Amino acid sequence: MNIHTLSIMTFSINLLTDLQTMWQYGFMQHAFEAGTIVAIVAGIVGFFVVLRRSSFAAHALSHIGFAGAAGAVLFGLDPIIGLLAFTSGGGIAMALLGRRAAQRDVQIGTVLAFMLGLGVLFISLYSGYATEAYSILFGEILGISYGDVLVTLAASLVILLAVAVVYRPLLFASLDEDVAEAKGLPMLSLGIIFMVLVAFATSISVQVVGVLLIFSLMVTPAAIAQRFAKRPLQGIVISVAIALAATWAGLFIAFYEPYPVSFFITSIVFALYILTIVIEKFYSRMMRPSQA
Amino acid sequence: MDAKHSEIIAAEDLAAGYQDKIVWRDANFSIEHGEFVAIIGPNGSGKTTLFRLLLGLQSPADGVINVFGARPKRGNQLIGYMPQRHLVDGEMTIEAIELVRLGLSGKNWGFSLFSKNDLEAAHRALKSVGAEDLAHRSLGVLSGGELQRVFLAVALVSDPDLLLLDEPLSNLDIRRERELVHLINDVVRSRNVTALLIAHNINPLLPFLDKVIYIANGRVATGKPKDVLTSETLSALYGTPVEVLRDSHGNFAVIGIEENQTHCEHSHVEHHDL
Repeated sequence: MNIHTLSIMTFSINLLTDLQTMWQYGFMQHAFEAGTIVAIVAGIVGFFVVLRRSSFAAHALSHIGFAGAAGAVLFGLDPIIGLLAFTSGGGIAMALLGRRAAQRDVQIGTVLAFMLGLGVLFISLYSGYATEAYSILFGEILGISYGDVLVTLAASLVILLAVAVVYRPLLFASLDEDVAEAKGLPMLSLGIIFMVLVAFATSISVQVVGVLLIFSLMVTPAAIAQRFAKRPLQGIVISVAIALAATWAGLFIAFYEPYPVSFFITSIVFALYILTIVIEKFYSRMMRPSQA
Repeated sequence: MDAKHSEIIAAEDLAAGYQDKIVWRDANFSIEHGEFVAIIGPNGSGKTTLFRLLLGLQSPADGVINVFGARPKRGNQLIGYMPQRHLVDGEMTIEAIELVRLGLSGKNWGFSLFSKNDLEAAHRALKSVGAEDLAHRSLGVLSGGELQRVFLAVALVSDPDLLLLDEPLSNLDIRRERELVHLINDVVRSRNVTALLIAHNINPLLPFLDKVIYIANGRVATGKPKDVLTSETLSALYGTPVEVLRDSHGNFAVIGIEENQTHCEHSHVEHHDL
């Protein structure tokens, strides 16, 4: 069974029956399981990424991860190991260089490009398996094994536990850096913990959307959420809901249409982003009719 | 507060900066409980550095400084700090109360879905600065004066004994500036706390001040405003002849140093509103 024979599946109006049909296939089940876990984690970690204005650093980490994943493939290891090792190392380095360094886009961009180049070298040394490169770059959620789901689940539990522990200090440090520092919070440690969280979240998200499309799960849902949310928890819930909805809908549509899941996920998130901006513009015009 | 605790801050031969780059030296002063003190001086003279010493974020280059009878330590819960802030991002939708509550519970590890103590304290703090109506407004839509009230509430929420306010009056128009000065004075007096406030312009503060710390030219002069703001004291501080003028409203203007243009600038505008 591969994705191309799937296109002969026909869509029925009863969504529940459709889901039951999909879940008869092991790979679809794994895709939904991994997709759900990743969407929750990416939505939560992404909220802090957007709050701290670190989206470019997150983007760069995913590219650093590409070199790691490609290197792991070259040495016959599971790509997720290379991803975790490289993104964690890169994240810690960025945190040690300081938060201001994490916002220097030229330096980050330079390292990012070098890492992509390194990844290309590794891939070509691996006797040219283009499919490997393709799945790391753009995601291959339909190829996820049960073992991958377990690794994803384990990594997610670590991330969620860590977020629960650092939640308030990280929020404080992100919103009000100087006061948080004066109150005695360990700013460097918090910075490192945050970047490692981003590294882990990036590594597991790569399976779903790939390194190039990481923004669609880690940044855009949280960015939409932060246009509405008045409370941090509310923002996290909206962010997770958008990431989940996009992932589920993307998988659902991809079962019937012969196009990549990551295309559908990124498109849905993009459409929601545009919709948000349009609604906002509309509202702000409605709110001040007196000035017209 | 009993007599032996009445001295909140004591500096002895204090020098700030680093061995190869001293910002100021030979500072000797003490701040008593309940005093409202302004820290005045040109840009880059090391006013914020004094706050960093008091907060334990920086060590003295030389000499001794004590806060509440002990060496400064980072995370002292008796100190409420309001840093000089850049403007808040206009797209920040998080509401004011969420920032204020973090001033109390933001240092706690772990997750608490149901504790409302910090929310209640945050509401009280906002109320005490007359900003309870801002509680559920987004930070990004608040005006400069509204933001300063919210930031003051952040500093007050942990119920501190010492307030360190870094340029709370900057970026405010004259009317908002006067409102905030009155508010800060009310807070200091009604809570019976000690407050140090960094400012560019001493004039709106003058009626309320107990003491002035004047930092300029690598030196520090301290005392009652009428003793510090004299031609003799400031000339000695700057090491060059300086003239202090007073107008009929009691406003000060310092003449003779370029950096002090700001002192005059404001005092003139001030008259229109008086």
